[in-house]
Amino acid sequence: MNSQYNMLSQEALAKIDREVAKYPADQKQSAVMAALVIAQDEKGWLSQEAIAAVAGYLGMAPIAAYEVASFYNMYDLHPVGKYKLTVCTNLPCALSGGVHAADYVKEKLGIDFDETTPDGKFTLKEGECMGACGDAPVMLVNNKRMCGFMFPEEIDKLLAECK
Amino acid sequence: MALIDTINPLLTTGWSRGDAGWRLKDYEARGGYVQLKRVLASKMTQDELIAEVKKSALRGRGGAGFPTGLKWSFMPKAATEKYVVCNSDEGEPGTFKDRDLLRFDPHSTIEGMIIAAYAVGAKLGYNYIHGEIFEIYQRFEEALGEARAAGYLGDRILGSEFSFDLFAHHGWGAYICGEETGLLESIEGKKGQPRYKPPFPANFGLYGKPTTINNTETFAAIPFILGMGGEAYLNLGKANNGGTKLFSVSGHVNRPGNYEVPMGTPFAKLLEMAGGMRGGRKLKAVIPGGSSAPVLPGDVMMECSMDYDSIAKAGSMLGSGAVIVMDETVCMVKALERLSYFYFEESCGQCTPCREGSGWLYRVVHRIEHGQGRTEDLDLLDRVTDNMMGKTICALADAAAFPVRSFIKHFRSEFEYHIENKKCLVNPDVQRAGSGFFRASSTAGAA
Amino acid sequence: MIEIEIDGKALQVAEGSTIIEAAHQLGTYIPHFCYHKKLSIAANCRMCLVQVEKAPKPMPACATPVTNGMKVFTHSEQAVKAQKAVMEFLLINHPLDCPICDQGGECQLQDLAVGYGESASKYQEEKRVVPDKDLGPLVSTDLTRCINCTRCVRFTAEIAGFMELGQSFRGERAEIMPFIGKTVDTELSGNIIDLCPVGALTSKPFRFSARTWELSRRKSVSPHDGLGSNLIVQTKHDRVMRVLPLENEDLNECWLTDKERFSYQGLNSAERLTKPMVKQGGVWQEVGWNVALDYAAHALRDVAKTHGGAAIGGLLSPHATLEEMYLVQKLLRGLGSENIDFRLRHSDFSADGKRRGTPWLGMKIADIGGLDRVLVVGSFLRKDHPLIAQRLRQSAKRGAQISILHSADDDLLIKLTVRAIAAPSQLPARLAEVVKAVAELKGRPVDPALATVGAGDTAKQIAASLVSGSKTAILLGNFAQQHPQAATLTALAQELSGLLGGSFGFLGEAANSVGGHAARAVPGTTGLNAAAMLKEARQAYVVLGAEPELDCADGALALAALTQAAAVVVLSPFKSQAMLDYAAVLLPVSPFSETSGSFVNTEGRVQGFHAAVKPLGETRPAWKVLRVLANLLEVAGFQFNSSEDVRAEALGGQPEFVSGLDNGIDGGALTLAASANGLERVADVPIHFADALVRRAPALQQASDSAAPAARMNAATLAKLGLVAGERARVDAGGTAKVTLRRSLMPVCPMAWCVSRQPMPIRSRWVRCSPF
Ligand SMILES: Cc1cc2nc3c(=O)[nH]c(=O)nc-3n(C[C@H](O)[C@H](O)[C@H](O)COP(=O)(O)O)c2cc1C
Ligand code: SF4
Ligand code: FES
Repeated sequence: MNSQYNMLSQEALAKIDREVAKYPADQKQSAVMAALVIAQDEKGWLSQEAIAAVAGYLGMAPIAAYEVASFYNMYDLHPVGKYKLTVCTNLPCALSGGVHAADYVKEKLGIDFDETTPDGKFTLKEGECMGACGDAPVMLVNNKRMCGFMFPEEIDKLLAECK
Repeated sequence: MALIDTINPLLTTGWSRGDAGWRLKDYEARGGYVQLKRVLASKMTQDELIAEVKKSALRGRGGAGFPTGLKWSFMPKAATEKYVVCNSDEGEPGTFKDRDLLRFDPHSTIEGMIIAAYAVGAKLGYNYIHGEIFEIYQRFEEALGEARAAGYLGDRILGSEFSFDLFAHHGWGAYICGEETGLLESIEGKKGQPRYKPPFPANFGLYGKPTTINNTETFAAIPFILGMGGEAYLNLGKANNGGTKLFSVSGHVNRPGNYEVPMGTPFAKLLEMAGGMRGGRKLKAVIPGGSSAPVLPGDVMMECSMDYDSIAKAGSMLGSGAVIVMDETVCMVKALERLSYFYFEESCGQCTPCREGSGWLYRVVHRIEHGQGRTEDLDLLDRVTDNMMGKTICALADAAAFPVRSFIKHFRSEFEYHIENKKCLVNPDVQRAGSGFFRASSTAGAA
Repeated sequence: MIEIEIDGKALQVAEGSTIIEAAHQLGTYIPHFCYHKKLSIAANCRMCLVQVEKAPKPMPACATPVTNGMKVFTHSEQAVKAQKAVMEFLLINHPLDCPICDQGGECQLQDLAVGYGESASKYQEEKRVVPDKDLGPLVSTDLTRCINCTRCVRFTAEIAGFMELGQSFRGERAEIMPFIGKTVDTELSGNIIDLCPVGALTSKPFRFSARTWELSRRKSVSPHDGLGSNLIVQTKHDRVMRVLPLENEDLNECWLTDKERFSYQGLNSAERLTKPMVKQGGVWQEVGWNVALDYAAHALRDVAKTHGGAAIGGLLSPHATLEEMYLVQKLLRGLGSENIDFRLRHSDFSADGKRRGTPWLGMKIADIGGLDRVLVVGSFLRKDHPLIAQRLRQSAKRGAQISILHSADDDLLIKLTVRAIAAPSQLPARLAEVVKAVAELKGRPVDPALATVGAGDTAKQIAASLVSGSKTAILLGNFAQQHPQAATLTALAQELSGLLGGSFGFLGEAANSVGGHAARAVPGTTGLNAAAMLKEARQAYVVLGAEPELDCADGALALAALTQAAAVVVLSPFKSQAMLDYAAVLLPVSPFSETSGSFVNTEGRVQGFHAAVKPLGETRPAWKVLRVLANLLEVAGFQFNSSEDVRAEALGGQPEFVSGLDNGIDGGALTLAASANGLERVADVPIHFADALVRRAPALQQASDSAAPAARMNAATLAKLGLVAGERARVDAGGTAKVTLRRSLMPVCPMAWCVSRQPMPIRSRWVRCSPF
């Protein structure tokens, strides 16, 4: 592989190739969202270099990839803690305790939304509707694991699990 | 949350075993892929297929309620490169039915999409899955693998002349990608900024090619419609409102969850199935079709039945079927503030009225909620919403305006009280108790 | 055609038109910001909302196609209410401090706010602030003023060909930005200044130097490349303050290259020569015009008397005006010299005497868009002809097949059909292969000289593309015209276009590449051409507007020839150290902005212009200076009262296009030189280095296109030479240069070569590179 992309591992590039294969041959750019997720998973967050590497790999202008990375909520353009907790506070969740769950986590971790604990372990984010309002309060761990019915005991258990 | 109750289960027949019943073999045991086989074996024509769907009076389940058969018939016959796209970007606050459809029965959506592709002559399809539900995306990918291995997807499906492949595209956190052209832009690897229409996707869709795009529930209904026949499906519901519909009930009910009921089922019945009001409290208001639909006072809602026409008559929209139930512990100003924040946060930023107006609305409602409202603010909100509505590329600006207008219309006195007294009409302690968060543990009173 | 009605007025418009286009046809103005006729439709500003009969909501005029019988109301209550609503939204977050904004007086938002804005806004929240970005030396940002119309973004992606700007983030946080740490670097980037309807993007060199209402405007013509872009030169107190495009759909459309837009800075350079100067006893003295002209006349007369007229050579800049060139050649011919040439960078003159007429583009510029197959040969197209490249970029998007045969694999930002890269010495052979392949496809005989040529795959691909079209052209770029086998390339192109039934032509190198021929500024049959008069050094030279050490094919040779000459008379707007070394007289003559004259562009169009400002200091228009000089030298026939008189004599009237345009050459030999295998050097003439004016424009000299020269070579060559990428190396090519080595990213690299981005003599194509 070209040295330009060596900030991403062979495994990451292979994963990106699998995503590229989903789309017509002349539409590589379609894989940019997945490729940015893969880069974020590998690096923890999306640095300028990581975005440029993805853009270069897919043959698109770097700013076009940056537009995408800055448009969708779940890309992290700044470093985050080992565990990123996103709490939905939208109305349906709030009716069943979403805001209170967020307040509970804030107090437990001593941080506010968009902050990271000093030990770099937790980052707390406010989320929008995750499409799971029946399970409120809902929380997302590292973008990929959804936890429902997050009442105080469940939150305690989750935080304890995060080593 | 699996289904809790249903009348006339179709879409939810496979849900009873929870996470244990989603595999291909389970779906086939329930009669899955029989309709696809029948369509292919009988060499049903595209016109016959579309006619059957038209007969069913199936209306799109994504929110706009557009007749599905009619939409399919718009696809140009002559074009060679065409696409079908499924909208599983379910981001409308209150809606969580597509997630469960893909979780408990992904193959019904897959089968529906294959049949749709056959009907419109598409060779390639994508299912756009909401960013926050990664586990569901993974499961869907697995289900696609099963279908491919079984010959339901790929070249010359089941030995027929028909080829079609289907892939999942995972979103990553943008409500606007639920709007169909924003979704197409997103699949193309761009920001999800909606396109001006015309041209509509049926002429200029994915990669500029003719594209049919439907909601997950719409596709999932297709095998059932073919199974029982269009007319029987229509008769499950009522005229112009065929079939059954999934309702996502959230908020102040005892058993939030998805309920599949025939179109036209009284709201009171749905509320009863959802276990009634939490703590036996009084019903104050209901948003019957997702957060973008106008709110209705509880008593108005109790008179409605759950179908497009009845809800429209009452002044709201059935939308995506997300029923948000609010009891007397809710401060309507605070509720509106949260919704207004959502639209402000999710505006894509391209159209001036939405980019600038959504922030303006939020700031004024926020001000009122925080005791800094002014007497002229309600008129101002009226004017700003009026200036936003109908002036943008997509309907998000309208979606931001509807809640503001309807909350003020039906609960004006609460807003006025807020402005005059600089505090909530509903006592904060009452509000706090309403969520039920603190009931689970006594140690959790700190927050 | 479709019948519609706008504000009660019926009209017919073409199917597929939008409401705004239809309204334009009627002369009805519909307010708009994001819409621009040359850009894709975004429909995002919503300013153009109008009422359409039967439509429930107002419709955006820029995006709504007309339908038969449609009735549009642009000023109805519904329309005006919608427009006012949008204007209010646009203004809530926009600073209302027009008096301190650089766009003040030429701001579309300001203009429309007067008509559509309310006097007081109900918005009482805090206004948003957007951090500014560094876009480089040309464009300044004030992004808090941005209204997110995305015209700038669409321009970079669609017209300039590379998306340098984007709209990042979303909703109210959306902001225009380049990729982090990047600037706007294409050769067309300055156009975003014109496109920005507000003061968010402004000219950095012009910033805060004047208010628009203080400026006077003059029409002019670009003195740079062969396109002949039309300009509006804006002046204040006899100083050029700014240059803007004057729209001309046949030439520059509504665009300008950055070179054309910002080179005016050179007009105010400290190196302007403002007083006549003579060198006496090795010492320079500023003198009056009479003294200087006497001195010059004396020197030339002496040489002519002692050595004969042929001892004088004339080196003319191809950027000089038609009139100036005409008068210099007339003067020299009057003195008995036929040694006159303006083709300073050429190295092969063997087609002279065989030409049927004046070499030119071979078609109208506006017709380029109608070509469906194009082969560009030997061209740094994007940098040498940015706006022709732009036309081809759009053609390619519409489906035209564009291919290139060249020696450097620069990214043209054009979707190319075939890209054939060959070492310079191989270009004729490669082109011959294409001729052969086309002949085979057409079943036509080829010239016996090409009998042994075997067409390779790439040539066959190009041929297949060319024969599949109906309107083809072969375009020879600067590199081909300056090539040591330029005549062979021309003969091959002629053969090829003959087989295809298409056309072939030259992309004019400079503002007057066609005009030089029309002015007869070329040697007569007994005269020496530009290269010969340097090789066979003359006793005296007359230099007009050029800096031969930088503008000739072999700068080192030029410098040597000028240095040994007894008398060098220089007519120039600028002075340089080199000039002070070799010249005897320096006569300050006007640059294009201070004189009248004309340029004949690459399609043969004669474009006259007038002075925009008074000559600086004691500078005088060259045509007047030459008139006096001729009188002093007693050369007859210089009784001109105006530059128009000169033009009339030169062109036999005042034609719109010059006559005698013909690219044909008769008896051109199709000899293919044996291939060489050394390290070959491919040097471009960097875009901001091409003429004396642009070389002195400071902002352009800071732009990325003016980066320090570097040698690029592929990894194999580097290894073979024992060089390391990124380190300094000595390039020895008949003049030694120290350059930084860059490993080439050229994917197609059939043989080892070296590209250095600085003008070194083309003659020495064989270079030695060694660690420094
Ligand atoms: C702001 C906005 C958000 C939307 N979100 C969704 C969504 O999450 N899921 C969905 O199916 N349709 C959504 N829609 C509707 C789609 O644009 C489209 O009408 C639908 O996918 C068509 O499918 P159907 O005909 O099966 O309903 C949204 C529309 C708008 C304007
Ligand atoms: S910077 Fe100017 S041209 Fe670019 S989007 Fe903003 S207002 Fe439009
Ligand atoms: S000019 Fe039509 S929406 Fe901007």
